Amino acid sequence: MRVYFDYNATTPLAPEVAEAVAVATRDLFGNASSVHHFGQQAKAALDEARSAIAALVHADPSEIVFTSGGTEADNFAIRGAADALESSGRRQIIASAIEHEAVLNTLKSLARRGWQTTMLPVDQTGIVSPDRLRELLTDTTALVSVMHANNEIGTIQPIAELATIAHARGALMHTDAVQTVGKIPVDVRALGVDLLSLSAHKFNGPKGAGALWIKRGTRLQPILTGGKHERNRRAGTENVPAIVGMGVAARLAAAKMAAESARVAALRDRLEDGILRGVPGTAVNGDPRSRVPNTTNISFDHVEAESLLIALDLDGVAVSTGSACSSGTLEPSHVLRAMGYPAGRVQSSLRFSLGLFSTAEEVDRVISALPPLVEKLRSLSRRHEVAR
Amino acid sequence: MSGGVDSSVAAALLADEGHDVIGLSMQLYDASGQRDGLPAFGGCCTLDDLHDARRVAAAINIPHYILNFERQFNEQVVSNFVSEYTAGRTPLPCAHCNSDLKFATLVERARGFGADAVATGHYARVEHDATSNRYLLKRGIDPAKDQSYFLFSLTQEQLAHARFPVGDRPKDAVREYARRLALPVADKPDSQEICFIPDDDYAAFVTRHAPEAERRGSIVDESGRVLGRHAGIHQFTVGQRKGLGLSGLAGPAGSSAGAPRAPLYVLSLRPADRAVVVGPKSALERTTLAASGVNWIAAEPQAPQRITAQIRHRHPAAAATVRAMAGRRAEVVFDAPQNAVTPGQAVVFYEGDVVIGGGWID
Repeated sequence: MRVYFDYNATTPLAPEVAEAVAVATRDLFGNASSVHHFGQQAKAALDEARSAIAALVHADPSEIVFTSGGTEADNFAIRGAADALESSGRRQIIASAIEHEAVLNTLKSLARRGWQTTMLPVDQTGIVSPDRLRELLTDTTALVSVMHANNEIGTIQPIAELATIAHARGALMHTDAVQTVGKIPVDVRALGVDLLSLSAHKFNGPKGAGALWIKRGTRLQPILTGGKHERNRRAGTENVPAIVGMGVAARLAAAKMAAESARVAALRDRLEDGILRGVPGTAVNGDPRSRVPNTTNISFDHVEAESLLIALDLDGVAVSTGSACSSGTLEPSHVLRAMGYPAGRVQSSLRFSLGLFSTAEEVDRVISALPPLVEKLRSLSRRHEVAR
Repeated sequence: MSGGVDSSVAAALLADEGHDVIGLSMQLYDASGQRDGLPAFGGCCTLDDLHDARRVAAAINIPHYILNFERQFNEQVVSNFVSEYTAGRTPLPCAHCNSDLKFATLVERARGFGADAVATGHYARVEHDATSNRYLLKRGIDPAKDQSYFLFSLTQEQLAHARFPVGDRPKDAVREYARRLALPVADKPDSQEICFIPDDDYAAFVTRHAPEAERRGSIVDESGRVLGRHAGIHQFTVGQRKGLGLSGLAGPAGSSAGAPRAPLYVLSLRPADRAVVVGPKSALERTTLAASGVNWIAAEPQAPQRITAQIRHRHPAAAATVRAMAGRRAEVVFDAPQNAVTPGQAVVFYEGDVVIGGGWID
C-alpha cells in the first residue's frame, strides 16, 4: 500500500470529477464563444462551473475569471494591477516573505522593470505582523499580496485585518488562497480583499484550471491579450473539460467541507501526535493553532530531510519538503528561513499534507514507518561525524 | 546516473540481473541555466542530462532521485580545482570527486536508503583477492575507455561497496546494449573534459572564482631571461606549447639571431614570483617524480617495486620503480625519461591491469 501525504502539492481527482471531465472531454467539444448549439452547450457548462466556484468563495459569478491555474491567477492579479496602476504614480508592491514562487518571482520580474518590491516579514510562527505592514505601506503602494494559508506550514494569515490596513492607504489587496479554497470556508467579502487566486487541483479538481476572483470595479489590465473571452479579461479558448471538473470539485468541497475538514484535522492531529511521541528530536514548525486542517510540518533533528523523503518514498510513503527546484532537487525552504529558523532545522523539515482519501490506517502506517528510518539516518550521520 | 550511456547501462545491467536498483543523480552546480536572473533558453545542458537520467530510470522501471550536492561539490571539488590552478598546479577534479563525493557522501546517502553497494558507469573492475583479503582495482577491459586512473584514491572500504558493471565490457557493447533496450541515451555522445566547465575555458572559470589569480608575471627561460609577460599563472600547464604569446620575440638564450627557433614549452610554474618557465621540449623530460597523498590499494610495498606508472589520463603507462616512503609519500624512478610530469596530476602505479596505488604529483 502506497501512502500519499502530499495533498498540498496536488490532490487526486474525486471520482465524480473524473467522470465529469471525461464526459465533458467527449461531449462538450464546442468553443464556448461560438454562437451555435455546440458553443451554447460549452458556454452553459462554463456558467455552471462559474456559479459553483462563486458559491464556494461567496462571490458573484460575474467576478470569477477562469485561468490555467493558481500561477496564472497570481500573475494576473499582480501584473494586471501593476499595469493598471503604473500611470497613477503608485510604484510599490508589498508581499509577504513566505509567498509562493508564483508571487515572489512575479515581483522579481516587476522589480527589473523598476517597481519597488518590499518583503513583509513573518514571525517565528510564520504569521505576518499587521503593524509591520502599517510601517511599510506608503502613499505609492499599489498592491499588497499576502497568501491566505502557506503551502509549506499551513499557517493562516490575518487577511481581513491586513486588507483594512492596505485599503486605508489606498492600496489594493490580493490573497493567494490556493491552499485554503476547498479546505476551509473562504468568503471574499469577509476577507475584505480585492483579488483572490484559487486552483482546482488543490481540492480534488483537475490540473490546468484555476480562477482569479476580481472584486467588481477593480481596475485590472489583462495579461493575456487576444479574443474577447472571459468578458475581455482573459483571452484564449476556455479549457472546458478542466473547468467543468473544477466546478464539480467546488460543489463537492462545499457540500462536504464541515465534515471533511473535521475528519482530516483529526487524522492530521493523530499523525502529528504519533510522530512527536514516536520519534525523539521532533518539533512542529509554524503556528499550531491558526492553520489549515490538513497540514503539518515537522523537523527531525540531525536528519537530512532530503534523505528521509527518499527513504520514505522507497518505503511507499509520499511526502515533501518545500518547493522543488527545476531539476527536482530540494532547495532550503524560503518559508522556514523567513521564520528565522537555523539552517539545520530548515534542512531537516518535512511536510505531511492529508486529504480526501487519507485514512487512519495510512496515518498509523506512517507513524510506525518513521522511527526505524530516522534512527538509521541518524546513526549513519553520527558515524560520519566520528569518521571525520 | 549522469544521464550518459555508461551509467545508464550500468543501472540497466543491474536491474536486469534482478538487483533492487535505486537511481541517483547528483546535481553539482547551478543547473537552472540562468544568466543574470533570466533563463537562458536552450543553454542548459546539465538540466538536460538530469532529465536524460530520469528518462532512463523510467525506461528500466527503477525509482530515481536527484540529490543536491552543490554545496559539497563546491567545498570538496571546485575549491580545490581553483586553488590548485592558482598555486601553479594542474588539478584532476574527477579523482577528487570520486573519492570525496561519489564514493563518500553519495555512498553514505545510499546506505541511508538501504543500499548495500553503489554502482557507477566507470570503466574499471573491482575484484576481491582471497590471498591478501584485499579488494583489487583493475583497468576496464576496453583500453580506450579505461578510467581506473581516476579511481586510484579509493580506499579498501570504498572499493568493498563499489560496483562497476560496464568495466568488463567494451564501449561498443555498452552502446549496443543501450540500443537493444532502446534507452533514450543510446547514441548520446560521450562527455568531454570537465563537467562543470562546459566551454572548456578553465582560466576564465578560475578567474571568476578567484579574481586574485589574475596577477601578471613574467615568462622566463631556464636562465632567467625575461621573454614576455602573462596575465596569471593559472592560465598555464606544464607541457603547454600554444598560447604563450611569444611569437615575434627573440629566441631563448643560446639561439643565434636569424636561426629557426625551436618551439617553446612550459617547463614549470613558480607561484612565489609568478614566473612561467619555458624551454625546449627536451627540457621537459624527467626520470623521477615525488608523490604525496599516496593511497595503496594492494598492500604497501616494503621494498622498491617494479611497476608501470601512468602520469596523466591518456599517458601510456611507463616502466618504473616505486618506493613507498613515510607520510603517505612515494618516489618513482622511470626507466626512460617522461615528458611533462605535471604537478597536481595523479601518478598511478600498475602491475599489469591491477592498480597497486597512486598519489598526487608534487
